[in-house]
Amino acid sequence: MSSVLNIKDLQVKIDQKQILQGISLTVKPGEVHAIMGPNGSGKSTLAYTLTGHPAYKVTQGEVKLDKNDLLVMSPDERAQAGLFLAFQHPTEIPGVKVQNFLRQAYRARFEGQKTKQFGSVLAFRKHLEKLAQELQINPELLKRGLNEGFSGGEKKRLEILQMAVLEPKFAILDEIDSGLDIDAIKAVATGIKRNIKKYNTGVLLITHYQRILDYIKPNFVHVIVEGKVVESGDKNLVKKLEADGYQKWS
Amino acid sequence: MVIKNGANMARYKHGDSFSTDSYKYISKPGLSKKVIKEISAIKNEPKWMLEKRLQAYEIFKSKPMPSWGVDLSELNFDQIRYYLRPTDHQVSSWQDVPPEVKATFDRLGIPEAEQKILAGVTTQLDSEVIYGSLKNVWAKYGVEFLSMDEGLAKHADLVKEYFGKVVPAGDNKFSALNTAVWSGGSFVYVPPGVDVKLPLQAYFRINAKSSGQFERTLIIVDEGAKIHYIEGCTAPQFSSSSLHSGVIEIFVKKGARCQYTTVQNWYKNIYNLVTQRAFVEEEAEMIWADFNMGSKKTMKYPGFVLAGKGAKGEVLSMSLAGSGQHQDTGAKAIHLAPHTSSTIVSKSISKDGGRASYRGLVSVGPKAHHSKNTVVCDALLLDPQSRSDTYPVDKVFNSQVEVQHEATISKIGDDQLFYLMSRGITQKTARKMIVNGFIEDLVRKLPLEYAVEMNDLIDHEMEGGIG
Repeated sequence: MSSVLNIKDLQVKIDQKQILQGISLTVKPGEVHAIMGPNGSGKSTLAYTLTGHPAYKVTQGEVKLDKNDLLVMSPDERAQAGLFLAFQHPTEIPGVKVQNFLRQAYRARFEGQKTKQFGSVLAFRKHLEKLAQELQINPELLKRGLNEGFSGGEKKRLEILQMAVLEPKFAILDEIDSGLDIDAIKAVATGIKRNIKKYNTGVLLITHYQRILDYIKPNFVHVIVEGKVVESGDKNLVKKLEADGYQKWS
Repeated sequence: MVIKNGANMARYKHGDSFSTDSYKYISKPGLSKKVIKEISAIKNEPKWMLEKRLQAYEIFKSKPMPSWGVDLSELNFDQIRYYLRPTDHQVSSWQDVPPEVKATFDRLGIPEAEQKILAGVTTQLDSEVIYGSLKNVWAKYGVEFLSMDEGLAKHADLVKEYFGKVVPAGDNKFSALNTAVWSGGSFVYVPPGVDVKLPLQAYFRINAKSSGQFERTLIIVDEGAKIHYIEGCTAPQFSSSSLHSGVIEIFVKKGARCQYTTVQNWYKNIYNLVTQRAFVEEEAEMIWADFNMGSKKTMKYPGFVLAGKGAKGEVLSMSLAGSGQHQDTGAKAIHLAPHTSSTIVSKSISKDGGRASYRGLVSVGPKAHHSKNTVVCDALLLDPQSRSDTYPVDKVFNSQVEVQHEATISKIGDDQLFYLMSRGITQKTARKMIVNGFIEDLVRKLPLEYAVEMNDLIDHEMEGGIG
């Protein structure tokens, strides 16, 4: 069965203000769709709306993950169905240990799937440590509170580790490159590529900069301005944007 | 074997939960000299103790009700029975135990036989056996762990020397009341250099000589000795009486260490007004770990007098205030000697209109140069109806000291909930995780079996409470 994330004419309001004016996108497994656009164009709104943040009200359109209507599902149900959001600003939750939290999240995601169960807490921890190693994440972070006192880079890396743990069908990466230096961008990009390859995840990669796209080659590039997709193309569009900016649409 | 297997034992509690129907001796409601003389006579006490009681009674009468803290206007001293002496065999009715208490027992996975003990319906048959075997271990090292009555009989000199020394009858109205009518509680003496590795649990001692609602505890930790004393239980303690007013005095001698842990989950009709204080000598350390979840109103400010050079004190206080509850808790840190340090960490959770207050006194005397104090107060509000206050007071009479305060009030943030839910965790579970995370660093100070039950209990309270 071939999986698909289908966004059709999505219109979204926050606090009475219309942000998305009708977005349509189709993402297939393993595809990378780069979403670019100026500040305030609605990129993060798209991310939060797909994940089900209660502040964002859908006024029209539909979103389907496979055959399921995503928009009637709560955020936790969406995650269980295989959707993942890497946050631009991951939230700190003091005292909630990363490894305990991830075990709960894993169990919610793969509940009832016999082949995905770990025999013991210890077996899951080993799995987690192995993933951390693969993604070059300090395993000490797993014992700390969730994002508690983490540096910006550590937070972003932990988002990628969470993606690896939850093996999403579709992932939205919201400015995963923001605030990172070049080495960190490289490391994060390597992790993302590994996850895409391993789980055949379809990705919406939201970014301001072309740099991360040097490491993760997008199959499609979409430019969003004022809540609409104004242009779509292949990776060559990135170069054009780099040269000309977004002026021609504003 | 019995000693190592703490998981089951930990569920037991201080023996405070007897219905009044089944007592051998019940004093009439109200307090008078006659009642006090009766109590002292029944317990066959030395004359000096009776005199202390009667003096304390005069102090109690002369002191006004505290005008600060929780609202005590509904507390009627004339309706309280001041002495209940349990029968040797409790025979009461399981039917009398409130259904919400039973529900909590079920939720905590406590077998029915144990539930009946916790509810005060039956006596714990094994306790004497368990206590007996532990007693042998302690006896080998010369550790005394007795009821206060036994302590008074066996170690009259020690009791006479230390009783009322760090919490005098005149300290406050309720310490006066306790001194006048005390019954039950523990007497502990740890000889020099003895490290008691296994926590002393008040439960092991309780049944034959039940502690009352006015328990009196005296702990003396001699030079270089170490001890951890735990009282209470995460299961709700049901009592037909409405006032619990204990006094706990601890003396930590040179180089010694004492941790006193309370897990208080009184039934939610109780006024819990407790005075607990430690006298800490040179290079010694006192830790109060205080978890308050039950009772209707609590006033409790564990304190220490840092009297010797380099003495250390720590108060770790957690309170949960639900519907109809007011937890007024905090700490008292009194620095008298140089190079002393104290830390106060207070975390409160208010929900369903509950109110949690932090009230703290930090006093640094003129001789306490190079002393340090840190206070951290964090409050978590689960809904807009709930309330949190802080009332810190500093009295510093020395310029060469460091006194630091940090206070935060947070709400369970929508962002935190959304983040956890976006990982597949339900809203209900996410709220519990956030609350348990909030108190994680305090719960860590508990022995594992208590910590596990504490998390369970918080989960249960988050699901709607036990009334």
